Amino acid sequence: MIKDITLGQYFPGDSIIHKIDPRVKIVLTMVLMISLLLIESYAAFILYAVLSFTAVFASNIPIRYTLKGLKPIIFIIIFAGLMNILFTPGTTIFGFKFIRITHEGIHLAVKMAFRLSLLVISTSLLTLTTTPIALTDGIERLFAPLKYIKVPVHEFAMMMTLALRFIPTLLEETDKIMKAQSSRGADFNTGNIVKRAKSFLPILVPLFVSAFRRADELADAMNARCYRGGVGRTRMNELRLSRVDFVVCLVVIIFEVLLFML
Amino acid sequence: MSIKVENLSYIYMKGTPFEKKALDNINMNIANGEFMGVIGHTGSGKSTLVQHMNGILKPTSGKVYVNGTDITGKNAKDLRNQVGIVFQYPEHQLFEETVFKDIAFGLERRALNKTEIEVKVKNVIKTVGLTQELLNRSPFELSGGQKRRVAIAGVLVLEPKILVLDEPAAGLDPKARDEVYALISNLHRKLNVTVILVSHSMEDIARLVKRVIVMNQGTIEMDGTPAQVFNQWQRLEEIGLSAPQMTHLMRRLKSICPEINENTFTVSEAKEEIMKYIRVNK
Repeated sequence: MIKDITLGQYFPGDSIIHKIDPRVKIVLTMVLMISLLLIESYAAFILYAVLSFTAVFASNIPIRYTLKGLKPIIFIIIFAGLMNILFTPGTTIFGFKFIRITHEGIHLAVKMAFRLSLLVISTSLLTLTTTPIALTDGIERLFAPLKYIKVPVHEFAMMMTLALRFIPTLLEETDKIMKAQSSRGADFNTGNIVKRAKSFLPILVPLFVSAFRRADELADAMNARCYRGGVGRTRMNELRLSRVDFVVCLVVIIFEVLLFML
Repeated sequence: MSIKVENLSYIYMKGTPFEKKALDNINMNIANGEFMGVIGHTGSGKSTLVQHMNGILKPTSGKVYVNGTDITGKNAKDLRNQVGIVFQYPEHQLFEETVFKDIAFGLERRALNKTEIEVKVKNVIKTVGLTQELLNRSPFELSGGQKRRVAIAGVLVLEPKILVLDEPAAGLDPKARDEVYALISNLHRKLNVTVILVSHSMEDIARLVKRVIVMNQGTIEMDGTPAQVFNQWQRLEEIGLSAPQMTHLMRRLKSICPEINENTFTVSEAKEEIMKYIRVNK
């Protein structure tokens, strides 16, 4: 049932991509994403695609896993593509009544399809190869300077860690409650929209009750271990840059230079 | 109603790196009116096994037949309704504003009229040993034991012919536990319901059931009467279980006084056995 969803998306592995420091990975992904929005030439897009797929290949993650992330955005790509094709002004290459397809429109549509799908592939590579915990760790460290202007960085990171930590637990709980209620004759898939929405009440109420109970218990457990926020707190796994990180940074810098030369 | 399990295998999250084989080629028969216990270490597949019995889980391969009909079949909806499952910590599934509404939840899905529902709910609240005054209270303000019974009532009200209970006494105090077990034994005796009881407690299993199945790593390790199963206490300990404490005590006693029968598993049986020994050897 619902348990089969791979949320959090982490795909365990031991590849170079998995080993990159999360901070480096986050920064590089951001840099690559921004450059993806700036490039214009087809050659640059192809170069970018080559790099993305090399990275996917290096991460040892089955290609269909990476491509799975594209499924939900196919509709957006098609819809936006159609809009671009139909409503971009320029040199008409095909006209019929009010429909006008332009040269510029087609180019725009193709480039946008490239952009969106490469965007999804490179970001899902980040979440697929980094554990949620490492990810929030990385985010916390990257945003650490904001502490000086009184932004509660540690608290935000802790909240994120906890939220991520409880996703599988709550999914399991949902699965259990769904099973229990359907054993009592609940039906979640028939009837009109109102009826269906209502049919989720027997799941949502117990789920909220147990989420609050868990939150209470967790707060007690954290208190009992003297948790008092980020001040003076040390970590079990210190993040340290290794040679891999420098090499990967270098590769991305060279790639960026090439990208903007094309 | 009888259950027949044929070459049943189940794999969680098939086709992902998290794939896990929970059941491996299970075969068994449960006769009509049988009271059977299922024991096993955490993760041995016992919960997964019982969840196949009303079609909540679909087998990865193999079949589950109830009264000779495939439970996952298209026309087996009524049949699935005949199998009631009480999940672990069933009080976590309570959600309605009142106890009455929560118990009636399953009945309302079956398009019964109001008076029928009321009669059935009032009957079942008596069966589980609660008073009618509770019916208008919120289920969330009841005690733990009461909540558990309301949740069990929510399954019993559907009048299942096969009742599966997954650790029905977990987390209850001794008194509430005894009451829940008394309730289950009663149902079995009076209504001839086929009962499948999943439990960690060897004592409870020894006291209640006529037949025990021991699960280990997704397979059936042993299948027999409590005496047959608990006799193999060494093997039980190897797979992370143990025989009831009384068995251990009686085994020790036997090494001192060889006439004693060490095949006793409950406190009352052991008492009888020791009394008998004292009377004979006075």
